[in-house]
Amino acid sequence: MSKLVKSIKEAIQLAGLKDGMTISFHHHLRNGDMVAVMVLDAICEMGIKDLNVNISSVFDTHAPFIEYIRDGVVTGIETDYMGGVVGRAVSEGIMDKPVTFRTHGGRPSDIIRGASPIDVAFIAAPTADCMGNCTGKIGKSACGSLGYAFADAMYATKSVVITDNLVDYPLVDYSIAENYIDYVVVVDKIGEPSGIVSGTTKITKDPVGLVIADYAARAIDASGLLKDGFSFQTGAGGASLAAAKYLKDIMIRKGVKGSYGLGGITSYMVDMLQSGCFKALYDVQCFDLGAVESIRTNPYHMEVTAAHYASPTAKSSAVDSLDVVILGATEIDTDFNVNVHTDSNGYIMGGSGGHSDTAAGANMSMIVAPLSRARLPIVVDKVLCKSTPGHTVDVLVTQRGIAVNPLRPELAERFRDANLPVWDIHELKEMAEKLNGTPRKPHHTDKVVANVLYRDATLLDQIYAVK
Amino acid sequence: MIKQKAHAGTLESSDIYVEIAPAEAGSGIALNLTSVVMQQFGPEIEAVIRETLAGLGVEDAVLTVSDRGAVDCTIRSRVETAVCRGKGEA
Repeated sequence: MSKLVKSIKEAIQLAGLKDGMTISFHHHLRNGDMVAVMVLDAICEMGIKDLNVNISSVFDTHAPFIEYIRDGVVTGIETDYMGGVVGRAVSEGIMDKPVTFRTHGGRPSDIIRGASPIDVAFIAAPTADCMGNCTGKIGKSACGSLGYAFADAMYATKSVVITDNLVDYPLVDYSIAENYIDYVVVVDKIGEPSGIVSGTTKITKDPVGLVIADYAARAIDASGLLKDGFSFQTGAGGASLAAAKYLKDIMIRKGVKGSYGLGGITSYMVDMLQSGCFKALYDVQCFDLGAVESIRTNPYHMEVTAAHYASPTAKSSAVDSLDVVILGATEIDTDFNVNVHTDSNGYIMGGSGGHSDTAAGANMSMIVAPLSRARLPIVVDKVLCKSTPGHTVDVLVTQRGIAVNPLRPELAERFRDANLPVWDIHELKEMAEKLNGTPRKPHHTDKVVANVLYRDATLLDQIYAVK
Repeated sequence: MIKQKAHAGTLESSDIYVEIAPAEAGSGIALNLTSVVMQQFGPEIEAVIRETLAGLGVEDAVLTVSDRGAVDCTIRSRVETAVCRGKGEA
């Protein structure tokens, strides 16, 4: 038998794709992804329409989605994150059906338990063999982990691998195995390397960011959690990375041997692994070339599936054993609810990703953010969109001090004992408003453009069209 | 009197870019303001710009202002610098 087909169109035809069905994509090629648009181009030429697109994240490279929405080719989007370009169009109301936002853990959970079935999954694969064994670790479009694509490949009715590097069977060190794959298509290019991973992720030089990072690392040190077996996740934002660097210095100085680093992995986490701060890394997504190189060569740097990473319906997932996670926010309210979906004017420009999964799982979830950005205080009375519920958010670290969720009085006590500046979250809000003034709420319409599902699939919030 | 075109500030986040140009006597202040925080602070920003101009004795001018979330003291200083340059004093 052969699974190799000549073109994407042939694969679409053989897979039996019809109007009204659901197709899926993963986002490991990030802003370099060419596959989702390539597939939609083929679908459009074949005259198939009214498709529901389940894609783990939408980046600005997916801007052609906007035209396909206008033309009725795409009528539904389900995703965990949406960048500002498509987000703006959605916020302006171009879709009749609201977007469904899930989390990185909720998405595989819903796929696996049958709540969001996929008819045809398209797996962008930097390297594959003719039977569909595939990996992201090698090839000219290497992206490292393929963690988000596993549930799609395993549970879709039909799964198509699209690669630009076909190798002889069997592919050694595959990620997704051939037994899930129906068809294999070879194309010239699946992605633009410069958009797939950044060359190096950089630590912030902004003095405000460095103060925040210093407080964050000292708060982790003071939390009582930083001891042998410590596990940790941090984002790729400048202040988060700086916090990881300061934390590494503390761990080395104190000789703390951690267990695992988790999440989207950057070179800084690789550096912590190599420095002995962790025994292993669990990697659902590589952010830079250093991470890709490490997952290819170091057996202690392991690929995890999205379900293993964060699914709330898995028998256990890696977030459940997490000690500390450092996360960002566009807004946080005085009940510690966090918005990472919209900007301060209500336009969609993000999404939960693993935010609410890790906040729920971690012993201490920490938000790092400046007291205000461009005149807008980070602390508000009520967030425009509740992305992560406040009862799962423990600490807010700003350059002016730290606010601790009243549900965690023991953390506030430990921070005070370590001479860290602890404030009530209302006091941080007042400090920011004294500097900036008190902002008016932006207007929105009554039209719902997105439903935000929590990781357990319950409706957490709704996002409205902007005015 | 504004004698010449002048500008001050940048388009960096938390700054404000102010362009000023001469206008006929008696034509008043023509202000074209855009801001990333228009919904939150639009009227306040406009008031600070107009107060600053009045305080400097500027009655006639054309201003194009692009605000990136500057606080009041930044707005005042950028407007004042643009006016000084427009008057040929700086």
